[in-house]
Order: sequence, then structure tokens, then C-alpha cells
Amino acid sequence: MVAHPPVLALRGISKRFGGVQALVDVDLQVRAGEVVALAGDNGAGKSTLVKAISGVSPADRGIIEWEGRLVQIKRPHDAHALGIATVYQDLAMCDNLDVVGNLFLGREIDRVGVLDEVEMERRARDLMRALSISIPDVRIPVAALSAGQRQAVAISRSLMGAPKVLLLDEPTAALGVEQTSHLLDLIEEVRDHGMAIILISHNMGDIKAVADRVAVLRLGRNNGLFDVSTVTQEQIISAVTGAADNAVAHRVKGDEEAWP
Amino acid sequence: MSRERPHRDGGPAGADGAGPVTADSRPRPRGWSGNLRDYALEVRGSVRDGERGPLLVIAGLIVIWIVFQALDDKFLSPRNLSNLSVEIVGTGLVAVGIVFVLLIREIDLSVGSVSGLAGAAFAVLNVNQGVPEWLAVIVAVAVGMAVGAFHGFFFAWLGVPAFVVTLAGLLIWNGLTLYLLGASGTINIDEEGLVASLTSRHFGDDLAAYAVAALGTAGYFLAAHRKRSRHRAAGMPYRQTPEIWVRTGVLAAVSFTAAYTLNRFQGLPFALLIFLTVLVVSDYVLRRTRYGRRVYALGGGVEAARRAGIGVERVRVAMFMVSGTLAAFGGLFVASGLTSASPTTARAAGSGMLLINAIAAAVIGGTSLFGGRGSPWSVLLGVLVIQSIASGMGLLGVEDAVQFMITGGVLLAAVAADALTRRTEARRGRP
Repeated sequence: MVAHPPVLALRGISKRFGGVQALVDVDLQVRAGEVVALAGDNGAGKSTLVKAISGVSPADRGIIEWEGRLVQIKRPHDAHALGIATVYQDLAMCDNLDVVGNLFLGREIDRVGVLDEVEMERRARDLMRALSISIPDVRIPVAALSAGQRQAVAISRSLMGAPKVLLLDEPTAALGVEQTSHLLDLIEEVRDHGMAIILISHNMGDIKAVADRVAVLRLGRNNGLFDVSTVTQEQIISAVTGAADNAVAHRVKGDEEAWP
Repeated sequence: MSRERPHRDGGPAGADGAGPVTADSRPRPRGWSGNLRDYALEVRGSVRDGERGPLLVIAGLIVIWIVFQALDDKFLSPRNLSNLSVEIVGTGLVAVGIVFVLLIREIDLSVGSVSGLAGAAFAVLNVNQGVPEWLAVIVAVAVGMAVGAFHGFFFAWLGVPAFVVTLAGLLIWNGLTLYLLGASGTINIDEEGLVASLTSRHFGDDLAAYAVAALGTAGYFLAAHRKRSRHRAAGMPYRQTPEIWVRTGVLAAVSFTAAYTLNRFQGLPFALLIFLTVLVVSDYVLRRTRYGRRVYALGGGVEAARRAGIGVERVRVAMFMVSGTLAAFGGLFVASGLTSASPTTARAAGSGMLLINAIAAAVIGGTSLFGGRGSPWSVLLGVLVIQSIASGMGLLGVEDAVQFMITGGVLLAAVAADALTRRTEARRGRP
């Protein structure tokens, strides 16, 4: 996995809202086929960072590199064009439409304006099968799906445009144990297809289960970057809560240089 | 199909210690990849779920007809049914416009006034100003469209709630109608003219009604058959052939009975043909086109639609324009039925009877006030119920005061049923 160059690299990202400095010189990298968890307490700047990457609310300062070249992300469209897909916490689904309708919303397959339902349904089934997503039928309204199934559909919808980076904002927050397990399977499945995934999560269990690395934000700054295979849960938590402020702040520098 | 899904130890709690859990990349069939027959059953079940509403309304309609027939044996006469089929058209067209607006989870309270305005505009232009009839018709319908664009602008771009915009519109357009008619009072339109013929003309030839019935049945059958073949070719669940035959048979029985009944009076009414055409076209646009999908999407979740790149504001304005246009078109049928435009009928239009009937027709048929659910066809059933009640009470000589209360009660019942459906769906929807 280390052989891949970063798909997306952020350096020195800063963002200010009025008098509040939401992000200060934040660095983050993610490679193809890798899950990077973004952890941090409430107000640490996770969502602000996601919005900066997805173009919803661009950063004030900082450099964004896409596959090694400098890019600007000023609008959601820019992120989309690069190949960055975002699944927000609220999912933004049309409850009345069926799974097929939601998957293809805004990019329907048609012939002179007339929907090709058969082709869309076929592709939807193929996608569900490829990702091993378990839903009763692609023709039932998403309102009839469980929270976990809705989350899975939202993620597969974000994959429709063949993105290279997937941002997941607290995907397991509303899920039960069983559904979370399915979702983590799905994340691994997607990762194994060569996607770079940034997973925002509060949940140490989720992070330890699927992430390869975990980047901790605290008060808008990098507060640690750990390899999940070697770090303990306590170390992450102390970075999140700030119990290890100084020590980790030093480690960050070392770590960042160590990553090629 | 029976490969077992390997269970991952630890699960979300991450008890499996350090290190990324290795993903099992083998395909893991879960619930849905079961056999086709289970699917077919499931799909059939869900179709039945969706049809429970309309079946209930049909049962209600039959009860209404039986009751009125028992009270007055002229009710089910070909003459009365034929008149009914013409009377439903004005309200029905207005209600189709309402459906478009309801689908995006909004409401248009101005349609009654707009239909009155269109009738008055036509009468003033044609009768008082001597403008050719065809041009006056086009102007009247264009006025409706412009009024809709006006409402849409205030709602979509300025963010004024639609119900307030159209409530103001209700008064404004009614005032404008009275103002237009003010100088001349009642205007009688040409009884031999184009607009009058909208409701008076019938296709005397028996063949016409049967041809329409045959065309509709054959069209349905071919569409269902083609859909089935394409689904089967793609290896997806499809409707069974016997089911298609049964549905086609029911449709044929209903449409040929209707054609036979109409032929026993004056034949197929021109108005009914127009109404059916509007229903077929709007249903096709909403259900089968990319544009229609956007309309439903807006009703299901504005934010989702916006993120999917749909131009929310433009669709909103367009829906109010459709509603205004169809209200004006329906208004011409109302004027045609009365062969006049008068301050009295304008005041009646402003009082909201047509509006309430149109909303009731849409909602009774199964279009939801909560957006995203319904279809133009729902109007046919709903308007039949509403006009049957009105026609029956008219035959029995029930006074207006009672008619108002009954119509209002029917609307309330329909809306309550809609709200209950929504609640049970929400309960069932999220297990």
C-alpha cells in the first residue's frame, strides 16, 4: 500500500470564521486503497476540513495537491470534477424515490429525455451485488430501508461517478451494532477497489476496525498521526482529548516527514 | 446461492485488536441475491400495497353511485353519466395542475381565481374586443402561464411561502377578473364558437368512443408487454403474463362499458377526449422522463435534489407555470359549460369552490399533500368522486349550504386519510 503516491494531499490548510480560527496549518494525506480516519472532539475542525476538501466552504490558506499536482477547490463542482465524492451525515436522499431513482438522481440514463428504467435497474443491481449490499429490492422506496441500508445506498450512490477519494462524514453515528458491522464491510470492499477513503468518526472501535491510519485534530490543529496497527486506543484518545498535547505535537512533525 | 457470509470477529467494537482488519474480498451474497421467485412475490406484494388506495376509492365511488341511484334512478342514466363526464373536465384539468404543484410539496391556492380570470380574459377579448377566438384562447391560456410564472418567481426566487403567494394571488386575480368584467357585466360567449364547443361537442359516430377504448386498452397492453420482455431479457423480475392479461381485461371492460354508455347518449364528448389526452401526456412526462423524475425528487427531498445538481428554482417556477396554465385551460371549460363569463361566476370562483374541488379531487385520488407521491391519473378517480357527489346532490335538489358542508367534509376526510397513510408508511418504513 505504501507504494502508492498520495491521491490527495493537504498542506497548511487554514480557515477562519470571523474571530474563530477553525483550522490552523492542517496537513492530511490519503493514498489509493487506504482508509484514513479523521478523529477529534466536537469542534476540533473535522467538519470544516471536510467542507474545505469537498468545496462547500473552501479553505482560506493552504495547498491542495491532487495526484502530485497543485489544484484549487473553490466549489463543490471542482471537487466533483477531480473525483472527490462526499457522503454527508444527513445522506440527502429522496425518500419517495426507489433505490434506483436515488442512485441515478441527477445522472439518469435516458434516451431523448425518456428514462431507461431497465438499464438503470440492471446497473443498480450490479452495483449492489458488486458491493455485497443487502437490500430487499432496488425498487422499494428508500424510506422503507433501515438506517444502515440507507447509508449503504448513499455510499454506493457516491461511487456512481467513479471517484478516487471518498469522504464519509460520521457514517456509523446512527447505526446499530449489526448495521455498523455491515457498513465497515462495505468500506473495506470499497477500499479494496482502490479507493482512497477519509473516514470521519468519533468511534474508536470503527477506527481500529477499518482505518489504516488515524489523523487526530484538536482545536483546529493536527494533533497526531498514527498507524492504526501500532497505536493503542488510549494513545488516540489522549491525542483527541489533549492529554498528550505536547508530546504528540512533536511526534506529528516526525511522522509527517517519515511519510514519503 | 448458498455460500455463507463469513462472520467477522469483533465487529464494530474493534475487539480484534490492533491492525487493520483484513477485508474478505470474496463476493458475499446476502439477503437480496435470493431466487427470482421470491423477488416476484415481493414485487407483486409491493404493487398490491400501492394499489390499495385506488381500490378503496373505486369501492367508495361504487357506493356513492349505488346510493344516488337508489335515491334517484336518473343518476346512472346515460344522459347523466355523459353530462358527468363533461362536468368533470373543468375541475379535472385544474386538479391536474394542482397535482404538479403538490408533487413538489407545495400548494397553489390561486387556481380558482386564475381559471375565472382566463374565462373573463377570453370573453372580453373575443366578444368585446373582437379578437379572433383562437387568438383569444391562446392569450387566455398564456395569461394563466404568466400568472404561474409570477407566483413561481415570488416563491422560488424571493422565498415567499407558496401558500401566501398564491393566497395573495387568489385575491389579486379575482379582483382583476371583476375589474375586467366590471364595465360590461355578464358577457355571453358565442354558443357556436370554439370555446362553447369544448363542452357541447360530441363525436356522434359510435366508432369514436370504441376506438378510444380500444386504443387505450391496446396501448396499455403493448406497454406492459414490452416492459415485461425487456425486464425478462435483462434477467430481472417482471410481471407475470396472466397478471398483465387480467389488468388489460379489467381496463377493457371499464373503457368499453364507458364507451357503450356514452354512445347511448350523444357519443364521446370532445371534452372527455381532451381530458384523457392531458392525463396520458402528463402521466408520461412525470413517470417516464428525466424531467418528471426531478419533479418527484423535489417532493422527496429538496436538499437531495439540489446536491444531485437539479436546478431547484427552475423546476419550482415551471411547476407553478404548469398549474397556472392548466387552471386557465380548465377555466375555459368552465366558461364553455356556462357559455358566459360573469361577475357572479367570478365571485364564485374567488370563493374557492373550484379550488377546494380540485384539491379534493387530487388528494382523494391518492396524490399526497406532503409531496412526492401521486400521479395525474389520481385526478380521474378523485374528480369522479367529487363530481358524482355534486351531480347527485344537484339531481336531488340539495341546497348549496349542505353541498358546501359535504364537499368540505369530503376534502377533510381525504386529507386525513392522506396524513394517516403517511404516518403508517413512516412507521413501516423504518423498522
